[in-house]
Amino acid sequence: MKKSIFLLTILIGLIHGQQMQIDVSKNAGKAAIAVPDLRGSGEAAGLMSTFNATLFSELQNSGIFRMVSKTFMPLRIPQQPSDLRRPSEPGAQGGGYYLSDWSGPPTNATYLTFGYTAAQNGQLALYGWLYNAQQDLSSAQVFGHVYSGTLDEAGARKVAQEFAADILKQFGGVSLMGTKIYYVSDRSGHKEIWSMDYDGANQKQFTHYGSISTFPCVSPDGTKLAFTSYVNGLPEIYVYSLVSGHKLPYYNQHASMNAASDFTGDNNHLLIYSTAAGGYSQIFETGVDGGGLQRLTFANSISVEPKLNPKTGASIVFVSDRGGLPQIYTMSVDGVNVTRLTNGEGEAVNPSWSPDGQHIAFAWTKGFAPGNYNVFVMDVVSRETTQLTHEQGRNENPSWAPDGAHIVFSRREGRGLQIWTMLADGSEQRQLTTAGNNEKPVWSRGSY
Amino acid sequence: MSRNFRTQIVRIGAVLLALSLLFFAAGCKKKTPPPPPPPPPVQEKVPPPPAAAINSFTAEPSTIEKGQVATLRWSVSNATDMNIDQGIGAVQSEGTRQVSPSSTTTYTLSVHGPGGSDSKTVTVEVTTPPPPPPPPPAAPQETSEQIINRDVKDVYFDYDKSDIRGDSQSVLQGDADVLKKVFGNDPNISVRIEGNCDERGSAEYNVALGDRRAQAAKDYLVQLGVPADKLQTVSYGKEKPVCTEASEDCYQRNRHDHFAPVSK
Repeated sequence: MKKSIFLLTILIGLIHGQQMQIDVSKNAGKAAIAVPDLRGSGEAAGLMSTFNATLFSELQNSGIFRMVSKTFMPLRIPQQPSDLRRPSEPGAQGGGYYLSDWSGPPTNATYLTFGYTAAQNGQLALYGWLYNAQQDLSSAQVFGHVYSGTLDEAGARKVAQEFAADILKQFGGVSLMGTKIYYVSDRSGHKEIWSMDYDGANQKQFTHYGSISTFPCVSPDGTKLAFTSYVNGLPEIYVYSLVSGHKLPYYNQHASMNAASDFTGDNNHLLIYSTAAGGYSQIFETGVDGGGLQRLTFANSISVEPKLNPKTGASIVFVSDRGGLPQIYTMSVDGVNVTRLTNGEGEAVNPSWSPDGQHIAFAWTKGFAPGNYNVFVMDVVSRETTQLTHEQGRNENPSWAPDGAHIVFSRREGRGLQIWTMLADGSEQRQLTTAGNNEKPVWSRGSY
Repeated sequence: MSRNFRTQIVRIGAVLLALSLLFFAAGCKKKTPPPPPPPPPVQEKVPPPPAAAINSFTAEPSTIEKGQVATLRWSVSNATDMNIDQGIGAVQSEGTRQVSPSSTTTYTLSVHGPGGSDSKTVTVEVTTPPPPPPPPPAAPQETSEQIINRDVKDVYFDYDKSDIRGDSQSVLQGDADVLKKVFGNDPNISVRIEGNCDERGSAEYNVALGDRRAQAAKDYLVQLGVPADKLQTVSYGKEKPVCTEASEDCYQRNRHDHFAPVSK
């Protein structure tokens, strides 16, 4: 299917100074983008509300742009590059056909998307362009591309996501298309592992143990899922191939508890916490089959939730109560140089690394009674923290998206526990689940 | 009486006949008259002796339960020979006799005397007491599971703590006593100590904390002499709450070890 996509036009203009890093703490300084509704011809016309809603929300939720309000847009919307004119051209009319109509007030957009769709050979074809409205027309086109999908709602959604992904790529953004969120839901009557698309679509039950199955984690390459289940009475680790869907062998230590927490960068080892050494829960590394047990913590206190820095592979953050209430600590991958990261206030739990290995998101009761967690982000070098959720229930288990810009987390409001996403600055909060109680989301690069 | 009257008549007739014969003979020949026949012998009138009689013959009470005693009482007149059957034999004319027949029995008192005989019967009815009700069904043997569920009490913990509180020590002492007894009587039973937490800590941390709580109770019980191999531990963290309200009361109820029987 993807093979049928052909290149219409290749990027011509050079994109100078348009690479930007996402600032997780500020909203200001984002590029303004105008995303007017596209129109479709023939059978494609009926799919355009899905298409336009998907494209707009993909770009808005990326957090990269300031979305220009449609009420400030010119009346005439170009559908192809030849619609655009220079004011100096004879017979030219503005009203939307001059780039200055978009870059000037009241629209004040830097970027403009336009195009159209059509039914073509039984497929849905999207002709899409991204222009820099502040450039001269000769160098304004950032790219133009043709996309192909099935002639239905799913196809409309797909071509919109692909167009959005190409736009994001121009800004150093990573599309979340194809990424998956694994989570725990009790909607079947038992806690089971479920999966869904990054936007909450396609919610599917993965396990059917009828027990308590929880704490999912996914390998960096998205091919393996580990979780912890009480199927045999005690909490034990289970590993599944997400390629085949089959259970893989895992040897659990003879212990009162074994819990999976993270995969290593080679996708072939697990960080776990276990009472295999007797006494308190300690952190261990094992092979993905449970062999080669290596103990990493030795304190006479509880250590849980080890997470390996995905960028460096050199340090592990984890939660321990060695200083009193649970706090987040870091240590090198061989278990030495244990340092507390959080300041000892309240309880700090559920660390999750950002893909660049520079930040952790975590849940913290700072300033609140026990149990009243909010999601915070910490720069692990400066130890500066930013609070992302405020006064909205109990927020836990943040997990960073592969784009480094989004965080999925669980929020309990009243008795309802649901999964939400937000940008890493706390904005653009969206609820993804509604059925039953849903918790412990992990964001995987997906594709399986 | 009527017989005497008839005898008189016969007698008068006989006299008249004799007189007429005499007249006829005299008319013909005067002969010496034969001596009159001797008068009939005077029958001396002896009053007959009185008949033997039973004045009374009773049984009191006339109905007894088997094993009880009834009294036969009798009074007899003019008898020379008095007998009660049923193995009692000769008795006096006045008397009592205690009897305890095993089933309903009729006693016959027979008396004889020169003036006749008499007999009377009296029946002593023997009722069989109702059979005792069946013994109450044997109380179902209480199972080890039931004893553990009823008598082994949960112990409670402070927030984020796994040490045995002062108020839990006496509870565990009681639990140890019950468990030692149960384990001594039933080799097939053991106990799973289930550590639980309230909903406030993270689920991941609470699995480890609940494990400590279960282990703490196990260590304490083993110190009190409960065999360690009869005690398993499991932590449910906050996955199996007994209540879900956001209140200190509910939090406390969830910060506990529960002791669940496990049979082989």
